[in-house]
Amino acid sequence: MSGDIISLLSAFLLLAGALFSLISALGLLRLPDLFTRMHAASKAGTAGSGLLLIAVALDSGEWTIWLKCIAAIGFFVLTAPLSAHLLAKAALAAGLKPGFLDKEPET
Amino acid sequence: MSAQLVLDYCIYTAIAMLMLAMVLTSIRVVLGPTLADRVLALDQLVAIAIGFIAVIAVKTGYGLYIDIALALGLVGFLATAAFARYIYIASKASKNTGKIEGE
Repeated sequence: MSGDIISLLSAFLLLAGALFSLISALGLLRLPDLFTRMHAASKAGTAGSGLLLIAVALDSGEWTIWLKCIAAIGFFVLTAPLSAHLLAKAALAAGLKPGFLDKEPET
Repeated sequence: MSAQLVLDYCIYTAIAMLMLAMVLTSIRVVLGPTLADRVLALDQLVAIAIGFIAVIAVKTGYGLYIDIALALGLVGFLATAAFARYIYIASKASKNTGKIEGE
């Protein structure tokens, strides 16, 4: 019976993680600007991968898998803001401006 | 309807959704107006591939797939950091154009 509950919980986490990844891809395609796209990709993408990895750990139930999944999630949570920050800094240096800055009246 | 059957259906639905997400992200890779857009889309593609590997690990029951996901995340972060560094240095080198185009 508890195995059934764990399977259902794992199925729910799989659906939620896939939905997060799909929404992040949709935001990457539809948002107007590099910086808004970065907002979609780095947060929702990390949430999607993390939920799917938790689903794997819950489904297998071994403590080594739990350890590896927690290490992977911690690594993604640490590196996703880092890479987004590096990319935003490089794009600003390359001359891309955030969209709201373009609408300022020129004096 | 047993829980294992529900899990199987959810696995197939998750695979379909991740495939759709991969297609949408690939469209952004092809379409992206600047190099930074493409680098961001490739980073997102790595994240979706990690999710895909996790779903395959649930489907087959092999726990070893998590190691592949961990290594892929490491390589993806290194690639994004290297590309960001390249954009930064190239923009410093070519100040007269002021903008790096995709091609």
